[in-house]
Amino acid sequence: MSNEATAHDHHHDHKPPFFQRWFCSTNHKDIGTLYLAISMVAAIIGGLMSWYIRLELAEPGIQYIDDFQFYNVLVTAHGFIMVFFVVMPALIGGFGNWFVPLMIGAPDMAFPRMNNISFWLLVAGFILLLLSAVIGDGPGTGWTVYPPLSDSNFHPGPSVDFGILSLHVAGASSILGAINLIVTIFNMRAPGMTIHRMPLFVWAILITAFLLLLALPVLAGALTMLLTDRNFGTHFFDPGAGGDPVLWQHLFWFFGHPEVYIIIIPAFGIISQVISTFSQKPVFGYLGMAYAMSAIGVVGFVVWAHHMFTVGFDVDTRAYFTVATMVIAVPTGVKIFSWLATMWGGSIKMEVPMLYALAFIFLFVVGGVTGITLANASADLVFHDTYFVVAHFHYVMAIAAILGMFCGFFYWIGKMSGKQYPRGLAKLQFWVFFIGVNVLFFPQHFSGLAGMPRRIPDYPDPYVAWNYISSVGALITAVGTLLFFVVLWMTLRSKETVGANQWGVGATTLEWTVESPAPFHTHEELPDMTGKAPAE
Amino acid sequence: MSSASEKTHPFHMVEPSKWPFVGAVGAFVMACGGIYYMSEGSLVGFYAGLAIVLYTMFAWWKDVIKEANGGVDHTETVRHGLRIGMVLFIVSEVMFFFAFFWAYFGASIPMLSRATTGVWPPEGIVPLETWDLPFLNTLILLTSGATVTYAHHAIQLGDHKKCAMGLLLTVILGIIFTSTQAYEYAHATFTFDQDIYTSTFYLATGFHGFHVIVGTIFLAICYFRTLKGHFTPEQHIGFEAAAWYWHFVDVVWLFLFCAVYWWGSAGFVHS
Repeated sequence: MSNEATAHDHHHDHKPPFFQRWFCSTNHKDIGTLYLAISMVAAIIGGLMSWYIRLELAEPGIQYIDDFQFYNVLVTAHGFIMVFFVVMPALIGGFGNWFVPLMIGAPDMAFPRMNNISFWLLVAGFILLLLSAVIGDGPGTGWTVYPPLSDSNFHPGPSVDFGILSLHVAGASSILGAINLIVTIFNMRAPGMTIHRMPLFVWAILITAFLLLLALPVLAGALTMLLTDRNFGTHFFDPGAGGDPVLWQHLFWFFGHPEVYIIIIPAFGIISQVISTFSQKPVFGYLGMAYAMSAIGVVGFVVWAHHMFTVGFDVDTRAYFTVATMVIAVPTGVKIFSWLATMWGGSIKMEVPMLYALAFIFLFVVGGVTGITLANASADLVFHDTYFVVAHFHYVMAIAAILGMFCGFFYWIGKMSGKQYPRGLAKLQFWVFFIGVNVLFFPQHFSGLAGMPRRIPDYPDPYVAWNYISSVGALITAVGTLLFFVVLWMTLRSKETVGANQWGVGATTLEWTVESPAPFHTHEELPDMTGKAPAE
Repeated sequence: MSSASEKTHPFHMVEPSKWPFVGAVGAFVMACGGIYYMSEGSLVGFYAGLAIVLYTMFAWWKDVIKEANGGVDHTETVRHGLRIGMVLFIVSEVMFFFAFFWAYFGASIPMLSRATTGVWPPEGIVPLETWDLPFLNTLILLTSGATVTYAHHAIQLGDHKKCAMGLLLTVILGIIFTSTQAYEYAHATFTFDQDIYTSTFYLATGFHGFHVIVGTIFLAICYFRTLKGHFTPEQHIGFEAAAWYWHFVDVVWLFLFCAVYWWGSAGFVHS
């Protein structure tokens, strides 16, 4: 501790000057705030891309995008931005950074400097990704970057290389972040805060961090091979010289399937906290919840090939991946029913975070059920590459994760800013957004079942109705998103402050024991959790 | 409440540092420079980025060493965290090599292979002789594992001289390994861009070689730190991390030797 810090009582609120505070930060809360900020910036860019896509798809024929490569660039960039630069930074970097130390009673993260380079590498990766979209013809590969489409014959020029290095840099950022979170959780829990007393959000982040640690390096290896195939004449994915394009698909999905759990498990954690808080009851089946998430994480590593049922597996392989995939429904069911059982008999307060949590359960169940449908190898041969898949994954990992983010935002914004969000407007924002995303994505099940293909900007007339409704839904969602930024702005300018525990008896975790807004440094006196009940 | 100046917990509250930001800028410049090299052929940008990254590493680790030697920040709890962190980093590295082994076995195991050649190594490839330089390199690396363990035992007994000697031997063996590998590459009858065999061979062994170089530098720094007396029998986290990393590199080599150099060329009879 430096000397001036000792001079006065509020030393823990002594903040460094601007450049040092925001560019050289070693403070988990400031870095968490930076993550939330970049997530919002990226959400606007990625969101605008999707609205442009829906604008084009509102009617059959070509309206705005006559360059089909550009259409695919939009699809690709939208996917990458939403996955790597919106959801992951907000849920893991943002809320993980802010609340893991607060919830386990630690004064900061284990490696504060490494925490900061995780953030700035993410920024570097984001800029590289934006460059990839604007330099040359852009990467029209989809976020899966399958060769041969992504090789130098079909994507000459540096765009795909920018995309590859963007993911390399963002991946390094995530691996360092994952190491930091795991060490923090293993090594810095307050006395008495045993593993089996950690809040479920901390459990969720711990499991997510392990998935990141094990899955991302495999993607890095695959990206390296793609890079050398494109630029140094290797033949990893080139069947002409003994290589195999399906190798890419295996490696990509060996990363890609855990990646979808990386996105959703932190949201599980937030939902558990929120449902418990607003039912004013402990979570039903705390250990079951924790180990259900662990099971989802473990089984998530052995189901990857259900993304590639159409490549020509033998029947045994298809049977295995079908069954293994459906097994995931079991721990997921444990979670859903435990959330319902938590609410059962509880004294439920319908605050905005609770609305988002309930909506999350609804959306996740819809997406989960279509997931069971798609898990069937035989059925998937028909559904593959249709809008049914688009509807499925947007329900289960995109919108559910975004609702998880909103849920966490409204749950914790009082703790982060010390301000009360405008309740009425926030409720309106919830309903507009919730109705918007359902109008947007539910019809895509129908157009998908009818055979509408992904990643093509035009379609035959029979798909008109559902596409039109879907685009109207996009407009409603856009209004909902705008409203969110209005709510954010009003919250930050609000004069209404909140106390240390704004949610009352249901909020039992440690972040509610420190004042709001949380001081610059917290838990400098470690809380003693010895003999206390699980802090779910 | 205790006085504000006294820390009541065993954790290290790190002061703000510019190096993470500078390092990320370096990584960005390096990425852009690398892409410029691949499309236009000039390495200037890449080297500029690399220079920033290397300087950042130097300066950042200098700060860490200063904190370690200060005797206050690196409490037993903090050291425990550093150890877990290093283990996790090595786990992530294992998964990185996992991808290359997947590519290799995917191409070479007949049951999995979709390779058009039908034999392994593919027609026209003359693999390196297993029990020649590759085996020699295996012995060198295994010996270096023994010398680094010797150094570790020495530092645990507080014998800086023997520790330094063990480290110096390890570094020399590392350099010999890398030189042998370079010689082998230079005299191989096949090149990186020939087919799936050569692609997997050079990428897997090349990345391993890169890790050997990183490990050698890591150990060399530990050697100089030993000479300066930075390590005590109780506190030598930098040494432990380097040793673990070196063992990891060693194990990866054993897998490479068995799978690529031995099993992978068993189907070929040298004339």
